[in-house]
Amino acid sequence: MTLATKQLTLSYGEKPIIENLDLQIPAGKITVLIGSNGCGKSTLLRSLARLLKPVTGAILLDGRDIFQHPTREVAKQLAILPQGPAAPEGLTVFQLVKQGRYPYQNWLQQWSKQDEQAVVQALQATGLTALADRPVDSLSGGQRQRAWIAMTLAQGTGTILLDEPTTYLDMTHQIEILDLLYELNETEKRTIVMVLHDLNLSCRYAHHLIAISNRQIYAQGSPEEIMTEQLVRDVFQLDSQIAVDPLYGTPMCIPYGKGRKLAQRTAVPQY
Amino acid sequence: MKANYSVRSRKFAVSLLISRRAFWTTVFFALITIALAIVSTGMGEMKISPAEVLKALLGIGSPQSALVITTLRLPRILVALLVGGAFGAAGAIMQAIVRNPLASPDILGVTGGASVTAVAFITIFQSASIFLLPFAAFAGAILIAFVLYLFGWKRGLGSFRLVMIGIGLKALTGALVTIFIVLAPQILTSKAMIWLTGSIYGTSWTDVSLILPWFLILLALASICARHANILQLGEEIALGVGSRLSRNQLCLMLICVGLTGAAVAIGGAIGFVALLAPHIARQLVGPSFGSILPVSVIAGSFIVLGGDLIARTAFAPLDVPVGAITSAIGAPFFIYLLYKNRGR
Amino acid sequence: MTSLPTNQLWKWFGLFAGILAILCLFLASIVWGVMNTNWQTVMDAYLHFNGSNEQIVIKDVRLPRALIATAVGISLGICGALLQALSRNALADVEILGLNSGASLAVVVAMIFFGVSSLAQFTWIAFAGVAVTGVLIYVIAASGREGLTPLTLTLAGAAMAALASSITYGLLTVNQQTLDEVLFWLTGSVSGRKLEYLQAVFPYMASGWLLTLMLAKPVHTLMMGDEIATSLGQNTRLVKIMSGLAIVLLTGSAVAVAGPIGFVGLVTPHLARRLVGPGLFWQFLYSAMLGAILLLTADIGARFLAYPTELPIGVVTALIGAPFFVILAGKGSEKR
Repeated sequence: MTLATKQLTLSYGEKPIIENLDLQIPAGKITVLIGSNGCGKSTLLRSLARLLKPVTGAILLDGRDIFQHPTREVAKQLAILPQGPAAPEGLTVFQLVKQGRYPYQNWLQQWSKQDEQAVVQALQATGLTALADRPVDSLSGGQRQRAWIAMTLAQGTGTILLDEPTTYLDMTHQIEILDLLYELNETEKRTIVMVLHDLNLSCRYAHHLIAISNRQIYAQGSPEEIMTEQLVRDVFQLDSQIAVDPLYGTPMCIPYGKGRKLAQRTAVPQY
Repeated sequence: MKANYSVRSRKFAVSLLISRRAFWTTVFFALITIALAIVSTGMGEMKISPAEVLKALLGIGSPQSALVITTLRLPRILVALLVGGAFGAAGAIMQAIVRNPLASPDILGVTGGASVTAVAFITIFQSASIFLLPFAAFAGAILIAFVLYLFGWKRGLGSFRLVMIGIGLKALTGALVTIFIVLAPQILTSKAMIWLTGSIYGTSWTDVSLILPWFLILLALASICARHANILQLGEEIALGVGSRLSRNQLCLMLICVGLTGAAVAIGGAIGFVALLAPHIARQLVGPSFGSILPVSVIAGSFIVLGGDLIARTAFAPLDVPVGAITSAIGAPFFIYLLYKNRGR
Repeated sequence: MTSLPTNQLWKWFGLFAGILAILCLFLASIVWGVMNTNWQTVMDAYLHFNGSNEQIVIKDVRLPRALIATAVGISLGICGALLQALSRNALADVEILGLNSGASLAVVVAMIFFGVSSLAQFTWIAFAGVAVTGVLIYVIAASGREGLTPLTLTLAGAAMAALASSITYGLLTVNQQTLDEVLFWLTGSVSGRKLEYLQAVFPYMASGWLLTLMLAKPVHTLMMGDEIATSLGQNTRLVKIMSGLAIVLLTGSAVAVAGPIGFVGLVTPHLARRLVGPGLFWQFLYSAMLGAILLLTADIGARFLAYPTELPIGVVTALIGAPFFVILAGKGSEKR
């Protein structure tokens, strides 16, 4: 399944947010959209999931305009987890994950064997089997987000889009979620496209990075390729130094600014 | 997943998942309601014991009881059940669509709209077939729903704003109903008054036969569409993401809701607050899944109207208070409590 | 929206024009009606009384009616302006907030259960009804995380209104009151009310008018916020209590003499604001004036819209006011 855009223009009202953008999402990889606040990365993601209609241009699923496909068929190939999803009070994890099977159900067939399998597997993959009958709102932030991800897993799609899945989580849970997504990509080869705020975590987990700036793609490629001080300056208006993450070897952005300055211990390797 | 019963049949290509809690709650609640129905059938000017009622229903009771029961009491009880059930279902559907616990057909003025056209039909088209009455009520309900859509939903206004518009529409329809009552010929005035507050006084087998088909068909449709209502609860974006045809589903569900409201109002008048109370009771008992809420809400609605009618008939004997007054007396404080709980949404 | 006449001269002129309009409507109200009369008959009724039917109608029916409509219109108009200013909510109205229905219910309860029948007693009970309802919805709406917001206040009021009118209706039907009585206590009426009723409540009404006008400046300050008002030296509690008193006086006396007529106080403050801008004193004056005009017009309309049947006046005001409310609510203009 290929996901791409062609000359895509998106806008809210009169102002265009994204203009004439061409994009190809690499299959089987983790792609992260980065950019400053309001640059349009969330908007772009949502339009990829057909939640937003383009002003001009198209989003192409397998070469065809995504709005030409029946929405149910699209749902079997693409799943999206929007930002800050809310579950009704008292809904259990199981009930939530089960909702992911919606595109496969009809009024007679609401709980086929495949449905059951998919839900069980999704719960296992996210480590929530023991919590299946707990209400979602009684879980911790990380567990809750895992439940939502389990729902998208149960949808059985090849591609999962996530809009800022870690934004409201503390560091432990951020790593928890990103690790989970990384594993899903490794073991099940699902294509993951997400919007992340944290630049360094993006560099660590992404195979492919797309920097959005000024209504266009500023640069795209592997983090090692595109992560430069120039990029950070242009996209984020920030002066920085790009270093090598001592644990993972991926690029690490160290911003200039105020703050206590202690004596430097060792020279940090740089790109 | 011991919390659920799985029903699968390869022969009929059916597979269902039924929540255990919902199933037993529904059964239990249904039994209570039936018990209340039997007791209520026995209450009135001529007191008939429940045992006697059962005998009469089975055809082995005394002829006098049987007569009273079948001509007077039973139709009224059945109407209470059907009207209450319809309101309960309509309320559950509307809360699912609007995603706000304060939404209900009467607060949003849909019931008022149905009342206006119903009372207009009765007073203007006196010679028309009574079977057209639910259609007339339906027309009014649809009209209001459409106005709500135009003024509020389409503009993407929040649900609180929608409720405000509904309150205004309710006041407007109330005024219109009053006009029709004032202009109605004397003989029809008391009949027209039921559309002010709702009453099932003097309902007959005709009324039962009027509402029954609407009730059964629309309820069946609502059950079929249950999973569409369910996915709405997770928010529009998630619903779209899993492939729900959002606008179409919302429209269908709204039409079913409006149809149920119209049918209920046509027979029982604007009985307030049932459509608000019943889904909440259901939600407290069986959780937020729409498929579980629907049957419980129907039964809860039946129970409320049945109970309300019982009080209305007997507490002020020999006078017949409109059941709407009773349901308002219970419902309004509950609504206020809901407001308190929901502040800041 | 900038007001049209921004200088004093225009405001006085407008007021004068308004009073003139009231007089005209007043006279029209006396002359027109189901029973056709003309000017000559009116003059004769007072100068050369001869006991004819028309003259009796004019003296005993039309004149009281016109006077009551004027007085109640003024009360409701000025009360609505005060209410909207106080709650900082352009959608506030005595009907929507259930104050009307609460007063009505109180009187009906007193009438049925305690055999109260004198208008003086009705008036005091109506006051109590308004006060109790007002306190209830205030408490409900204010007791929460967010405190008093226009939305929760309106919703609390709507619930009270529905509750009160249902119980009123129930009580009246149980007691087998006639349709006219039922409609009176549900929608109000200015016809068929004796002049003595107006005379009995007039002192309270007039006090309400005066009190409200005196409150114009303090409430204006209060509108800027409790903290600011206090820091400017205002005794906010006193102002609020006095305002509550004014609302009770105005609404209670209006309900006692004419039943629960709604929506007058919803529409007139908006028009007043458009005409004279944000100054509360002038708003109150204009709102009062417009209230009288509105109610007189509604009363004449009630006579002719469904000729020869008369519609209850509360229905006519609802027909005007409810669409107004819906459009306002849809515009999202709940903050001024």
